[in-house]
Amino acid sequence: MKQEERYQILRTIIKIYLPEDVSVDEISPESNFINELNINSANLVDIVLDVEDKFNIRLENEDMEKMQTVNDALAIIERKLSE
Amino acid sequence: MNKRRVVITGLGVCAPNGVGIAAFIEALQQGKSGIRFQPKLKELNFSCQIAGEPLLNDNLLQNYFTPLQLRGLNSSGLVYGVIAGKDAWNDAGLPIAEKETPDWGSGILFGTGILGADKFRESIYQIDAKNVRRLGSGSVMQVMASGISAYLGGMLGCGNQVTTNSSACTTGTEGVLMGYERIASGKAERMLVGSCSDSGPYLWAGFDSMRILPRAYNDNPTEASRPMSATASGFIPGSGAGALVLESLESAQQRGAKIYAEILGGEVNSGGQRGEGSMTSPNSEAVVRCIKAAIENSGIDASQIDAINGHLTATSKDALEIENWSSALGVSGLDFPYVNSFKGLFGHCLAAAGSVECVGAILQFHKGQVFGNVNCSDIDLGIVEKVHPSKIPQKTILHAPRILAKASFGFGDVNACVIFGAFND
Repeated sequence: MKQEERYQILRTIIKIYLPEDVSVDEISPESNFINELNINSANLVDIVLDVEDKFNIRLENEDMEKMQTVNDALAIIERKLSE
Repeated sequence: MNKRRVVITGLGVCAPNGVGIAAFIEALQQGKSGIRFQPKLKELNFSCQIAGEPLLNDNLLQNYFTPLQLRGLNSSGLVYGVIAGKDAWNDAGLPIAEKETPDWGSGILFGTGILGADKFRESIYQIDAKNVRRLGSGSVMQVMASGISAYLGGMLGCGNQVTTNSSACTTGTEGVLMGYERIASGKAERMLVGSCSDSGPYLWAGFDSMRILPRAYNDNPTEASRPMSATASGFIPGSGAGALVLESLESAQQRGAKIYAEILGGEVNSGGQRGEGSMTSPNSEAVVRCIKAAIENSGIDASQIDAINGHLTATSKDALEIENWSSALGVSGLDFPYVNSFKGLFGHCLAAAGSVECVGAILQFHKGQVFGNVNCSDIDLGIVEKVHPSKIPQKTILHAPRILAKASFGFGDVNACVIFGAFND
């Protein structure tokens, strides 16, 4: 699976967690989940579970702590897939 | 400060025999039952395999929950409560608070007994399998008792008291009185009150295990719930939610709201499980005290009451309840008010009973009718001694209530009685 494909899958995962006034088009690789996309911090764990299910990987607490932006998530996904 | 007048300006309901006020009215008017055979209960070896459960259309939930809220949503009580609550708010013509500021004058008092049993079960299995990390962010809110008031509070933007009460079968009726008190004392302008109860085996099992649910009607569920009947054999479990918007008269008149009826007053008390009272049985002295106090607190005379909606669950205690009403009001025979119980049509909705039934009671003012009882053409002889049969309508009659007393009596020996009056300016 290529990076671009993973990015699109991730965007689809994130979409449902966006608040009403943030459109899916505002997601960019640099987007910060909480500060820019205004995603409720309580939902980060849900995003992690969705990512785990979709990519068949497992994220540990340390991974989650480093996951502030979309790019961070992509980096973690790539690393887990190659393990 | 003098107590302010409080009126009812919105109604919402999610009942086994009608989802939405229009369907509920029709079902009550025509005596349509919402009690059905439940295959799941048979599969799980329940003795009573029938129950009342609201029927929700597939797409209905999308009108009440965002896609995110629907994710992992597995709390039927919460769903019923949100449907009833939001419908009541819309019915009252009230807006959703804007993004930046809540409506400080509006609060929520929405009760339950146990919430999200299915969600909790789901979570319990994950936890026991050492998969706590799989729970996600939704489990807490769907399972905490105050989940229902919290969800509604956020959906509507209420900034006054937002809380959940719990007093078994009395929950809904008690909630009406607590909301009324908050407004009457000047602490809120509007209170969305109500209560909800999950459907399903996990809610109903305890009662089945007590062997107090009827076992002989699994093949003819609509005849099973028989309040006031000589052949009553126990209550049928139900589920759902009812909701009312209570509002100060000033606020209602200022915005030209439609007014269904007025709350004249009421009382809550307990029998302390003393005397003849127990965890599951009422103390009659306390019941009579509660009703009498409700009447006194409402500033009316008992003789002015022309309709009663009872707790009347279809147990052997129905005759005792009628006796207590007769004692409290000092009336009998033809002087007894019209009396009905809606439980014949949808069973005992447990924590939701009081509010679903209060909604039904208020709709009688709205339609100028007393909705008919079902399944009691064979009225219990003990009841006939106290009430002339003509005051126990077997079908819906044209009679616009002037003052209606509604009471609920719950496990824990707790009592609540509210007095509703036709609104007079």
